[in-house]
Amino acid sequence: MSPAVGFQDATAIAGIAQTPFAKHLEPSEAELACQVIVDACADAGIDPSEIDALCSYTMEATEEVDIARNVGCGDITFFSQIGYGGGAGCGVVGHAALAVASGQAEVAVAWRSRKRGSGPRPWTSTSVQLRVPGAWTRPFGLLRPVDEIAMLTRRYMHEYGATREHLANVAMAVRKHANMNPAAFMHDRPMSLDDYMNARWVSEPLCLFDNCLETDGALACVVVSAERARDLRHPPVYVHAFAQGLPPQHQTMVNFYNDDPLTGPAWACARRLWANAAFGPKDVHVAQIYDAFTPLILLSLEGYGFCERGEAGGFTEDGNLEWGRGSLPVNTAGGGLSEAYVHGFNLINEGVRQLRGTSTAQVEGAETCLVTSGEGVPTSALLLRR
Amino acid sequence: MTNAAAFSGGYVANLGPSEEGYLLPAVDEESVFFWEGTRLGELRIQKCNSCGRLRHPPRPMCPTCHSTDRGWTQVGTTGTIWSYVVPHPPLLRPYSDRAPYNVVLVELDEHPTIRFVGNLVSGPEGELDEVDPTTIRIGEPVEAVFKRFRRVDGSEEFLPFWVRRS
Repeated sequence: MSPAVGFQDATAIAGIAQTPFAKHLEPSEAELACQVIVDACADAGIDPSEIDALCSYTMEATEEVDIARNVGCGDITFFSQIGYGGGAGCGVVGHAALAVASGQAEVAVAWRSRKRGSGPRPWTSTSVQLRVPGAWTRPFGLLRPVDEIAMLTRRYMHEYGATREHLANVAMAVRKHANMNPAAFMHDRPMSLDDYMNARWVSEPLCLFDNCLETDGALACVVVSAERARDLRHPPVYVHAFAQGLPPQHQTMVNFYNDDPLTGPAWACARRLWANAAFGPKDVHVAQIYDAFTPLILLSLEGYGFCERGEAGGFTEDGNLEWGRGSLPVNTAGGGLSEAYVHGFNLINEGVRQLRGTSTAQVEGAETCLVTSGEGVPTSALLLRR
Repeated sequence: MTNAAAFSGGYVANLGPSEEGYLLPAVDEESVFFWEGTRLGELRIQKCNSCGRLRHPPRPMCPTCHSTDRGWTQVGTTGTIWSYVVPHPPLLRPYSDRAPYNVVLVELDEHPTIRFVGNLVSGPEGELDEVDPTTIRIGEPVEAVFKRFRRVDGSEEFLPFWVRRS
């Protein structure tokens, strides 16, 4: 029996909300955060005064005290923050679920508000990132996250014969789903293979369309006990299993200093996730896989066990990641590549919509969804079911 | 004042970029031996004084035997290219002025899981855009050279760059 069997399906996501996604939104990050939390409570049918747990990212700028004073919380009895940027998202919801399942709280809110479209690019800081590991990489012009992931991508392509067409398969599948989603930033912008192949380089072997968007936006969700969720407005979306993952000798974003740099946190996270679950990868109907860069989806497909090592390129062929065609539709609202890049939180809300049956690229009969956070950094994942 | 000399007891000396604007490493108590070595043309790797295992990047504790008794050993400067990228703008200046340039990841021949990010150049005065990136291959044999960078205050750092071995 799984050691986490008492956690399985004990909690549910009962409310979700998001702001518009844009290159620039006028309200502050704090205002967007408060608005989206109130909206998520309204979606659940719960008054914000009932919130007693707050969970977010260490990179979130709006603190718990400010959320609580703005949205009018009572006693907050559980609050946590998770580090490592895009690795945090599913962990934030997972901590909310752990708080409710263990009786520390009854109404837990997880959120992320970020004006990444309007704000500075974090990699342009020249002062704070020159210790470990930056001291060993940035002086040589490995400056941006895309450069760091491109290093692993080139090696991956060399080892396994993966091609730019495979990366294009990822970008085009996700774009197709964004084209079906009116809320997606790239809703009205189709992408062909020619578009992909002719896009400008950003860090060879990665081009513009291998990179996520730069977005202003905020999202939130509300986690309550399964019992309570059954009495609320929407069908419950159960948190079936949750895991975080930080493997041995990992170095964030520059996983260059161990025996096997092409296996990252996804592998560690997946081992715990599947051990905690009552079903396996073959039973996943739809997946939301963190996609700051297209190759992260290839690595994650292997890490979470959808294919063997080195086979992820082939796994993308023949539209296998596309709604209406493939065995595993991914990022059905457009993901970070084509809907919005809000540190992966939009993947969580889309997982909920799929299991409510309200996605704009609805997978017929979807009963299970895997949501993952960033590969390449200490990460996390959720298995949701209805 | 050198970056290494500015360090004492956990203080991190980030003395700023080179006079051209290239980013230079912040030297801390764990890495000071490495950057002292590069001044002498040596590649030094942290070594556990208890069990003898090497580890990189440097850190306080040996993950195998948990000893904090640590030193360093000089290692061979030959390696092979494990991977490489070719960054294009948007980038920071002066990197953007050299783009597209190469960044290589080199694994040491003697210690294949110890890897260094660097640039493939033609010699110790080389610039990061001087090798045609289309000629670079994974598996190419390379050797470290040590390039001098000077700050406006006159302090210097020596960074490991890489040249082809014939």
